[in-house]
Amino acid sequence: MKKSIIVAGVGGQGVITAANIIAKAALEEGYNVVTSELHGMAQRGGNVECNVRIGDVLSPIEASGMADAILSFEPLEALRNLNKVKENGIVLTDINPIFPLLGKYPSLDEIFNKISESCRLIKINADEIATKAGSILTKNVVMIGCLHSLKILPIKEESYIEAIKGSIKKKYVEMNIRAFKMGKEEIK
Amino acid sequence: MEILGKGRKILLGNEAIARGALEANLDVATTYPGTPSSEIADSLSKVAIYLKKEGKEPFFYFQYSTNEKVAIEFAAASAICGLRALTCMKHVGLNVASDALMTYAYVGCKGGHVIVTADDPSCHSSQNEQDNRLYAKLANLPMLEPSSPQEAKDMTKMAFEISEKISLPVLLRTTTRISHMRGIVELEEMKMEKKKGKFVKGGDMVTVPEIARKLHPILLEKMEKARKISEEIEFNRIEDFGGDIGIITSGAPYNYTIEAIKDLKLKCKVFKLGMSHPLPYNKILKFLEECKKIVVIEELEPYIEEGVKTIANGMNLEIYGKGYGEFKRYHEYDMDIVYSTLAKFFGKKWNIRKRIDERNITPRPPVLCPGCPHRATYYAVKQVAPEDAIYPTDIGCYTLGLLPPYKTADFSLCMGSSFGSACGFSYATEQKVIAFIGDSTFFHAGIPALINAVHHNHDLVAVILDNSTTAMTGHQPHPGNDIDGMGDKAVKIDMESIVKGIGVKHVEIVNPYNLEKTKEAFKRALDYKGLSVIISKAPCILLARREEKYEITENCKKCKICLTKLACPAIYSDNGKIKINVALCTGCGFCPQVCPFNAIRRIE
Repeated sequence: MKKSIIVAGVGGQGVITAANIIAKAALEEGYNVVTSELHGMAQRGGNVECNVRIGDVLSPIEASGMADAILSFEPLEALRNLNKVKENGIVLTDINPIFPLLGKYPSLDEIFNKISESCRLIKINADEIATKAGSILTKNVVMIGCLHSLKILPIKEESYIEAIKGSIKKKYVEMNIRAFKMGKEEIK
Repeated sequence: MEILGKGRKILLGNEAIARGALEANLDVATTYPGTPSSEIADSLSKVAIYLKKEGKEPFFYFQYSTNEKVAIEFAAASAICGLRALTCMKHVGLNVASDALMTYAYVGCKGGHVIVTADDPSCHSSQNEQDNRLYAKLANLPMLEPSSPQEAKDMTKMAFEISEKISLPVLLRTTTRISHMRGIVELEEMKMEKKKGKFVKGGDMVTVPEIARKLHPILLEKMEKARKISEEIEFNRIEDFGGDIGIITSGAPYNYTIEAIKDLKLKCKVFKLGMSHPLPYNKILKFLEECKKIVVIEELEPYIEEGVKTIANGMNLEIYGKGYGEFKRYHEYDMDIVYSTLAKFFGKKWNIRKRIDERNITPRPPVLCPGCPHRATYYAVKQVAPEDAIYPTDIGCYTLGLLPPYKTADFSLCMGSSFGSACGFSYATEQKVIAFIGDSTFFHAGIPALINAVHHNHDLVAVILDNSTTAMTGHQPHPGNDIDGMGDKAVKIDMESIVKGIGVKHVEIVNPYNLEKTKEAFKRALDYKGLSVIISKAPCILLARREEKYEITENCKKCKICLTKLACPAIYSDNGKIKINVALCTGCGFCPQVCPFNAIRRIE
């Protein structure tokens, strides 16, 4: 079995933490798991992309057209990673754009139409859900809640909860579990 | 702390190296931070500080050294006294340390010394993508190359043993995809005994010509022992998938190769080189004899390929490597490259399904953070400097001055090159020269070049961007801080005293957030005939974020100076209306000084 998810977004959105939580949950279930991340120059407000690969895998990075899903924290970043996901794969994206300092940002319709041509697009307002859960900073965990509902990965809710407890500062755990559940409820 | 845990944990490749060193009873660790190596040393710094917080005395000593050369010298001395030492750096860091390294190989060590070189194929965070496997060959040192976090830990431990067995430092070479890969690691017991070494006098350790001539053949004898280890070591292994095609690979490409073989159902044998210097000559020869054709899969230089071709000399064997399919000598390999090239070789079908052209998507390059003091300095400089001023720059966040609208970076080679090249630009042209260097980089390699500028009375403005930390690599302390990597009190080196002490006559310290005063200081520096130094001093905004927020008022005339000339990421245009994103605003207070219409104010 091979399963893989591309987690994408912009520096500071919690992309790496999200990938780590998914990876820990996979370990909790007893699966082999590898992830990739980039540090340094790539972090300063640039686009961030982590691969999470589970099962019979060695490489931390995915081949084009092989990922099962994209979990994107920003619409343009969903589009940027479109080649990585399978034809008819799932693209779950937040709908709140972050504008690059320079260059044109395509219209959201343009982005969503392009994605819908080859993939199953699911849009959510994770910023809003995260704010309701208690803080915009829980956005990454809201996204994981949505991912869980999509049943792409063979990971149980309890394993995600354990992984959240093991990855987030104690005083924020309760808020993040709430965010996870609200994300889960969003996708029905 | 994950890295001090038990059982099976998910660790970053770099954390796994640190853990391996802890399991191997590390005594001394040194580094100069650099992506993608930084987390090895940072993990050890955190462990030391954590142990002290728990009331335990750390069993090892850790240091962020002034530069990589000092880091290797410190650790070499420790290893010569019988201690186990680890030194980590990025690939270009080994260039800085190479002067010490080349002769250290002649002298050798007693306690195990592992030197990590983290290479960066594709230059994710570097100025070049040199292949440091060639250093192993150049210096005559054994080298191990892990393919996973588990191997990174196991090989670190093994490297200490090899080092002690043959009295030579051992290189552990990773690449970004291994250093920054997370995977499951089986943790074993840590050995936490604190030791002191002993220096035994009388060895051949002063490399005057007579001794150096004597040591060189001894080094080659040690490397012959290393080759025998390479023949036997479990990290050099053959995986048989049937058939008589041989693939030889190492490091990150090994992962792509094995997945391709399984997915494409290829019949072949894989020689996985974990110890890639010296090459296991006999084991490879035997492998070649069993194969009809050979494919070498390695990133960057044809290091393995050339070695294999030498071993295959006289054999009638086709060897495919660089230049075949998508195998190039530049940039990192990935799954697409390895899958498509192996598919071509084995006559299988593999289509890379690209549905969009990513190159057409608006890029999101890294930018200076909202409120970054470097932006304020650059803004002021651009206000007063002549159009054709030359801006030599250096290695750090401030290299991002390259981007518009600032364009305050014209030339950069390596750590410290700003001031050295500035001397040359000043002599070679009639143009004004304004050179930028960061504080950590100044201590690392900037001082000798500044001395050169003083001594030869070169006419230039040398700017030290002092944000009190090594920001780009993750905020490590440097000699300008009063705390060290162990969390202990350290002696803070005063930059102004250094600059004045070496004889710079015109020195000014500015707060870059004060636009008018900074502009005035730059005007005076530009008017000054000879060398002037400006220390632009304000802490990295990631460490000094303020509670205040700013907003744009109805006075805004949409002149867009704040948007296009200052270009702070917190300022944006919403359908023509200029706004400040309060979530991103760090309260630095600089933008109101930029606005000619007094239309930016603090939110009460």
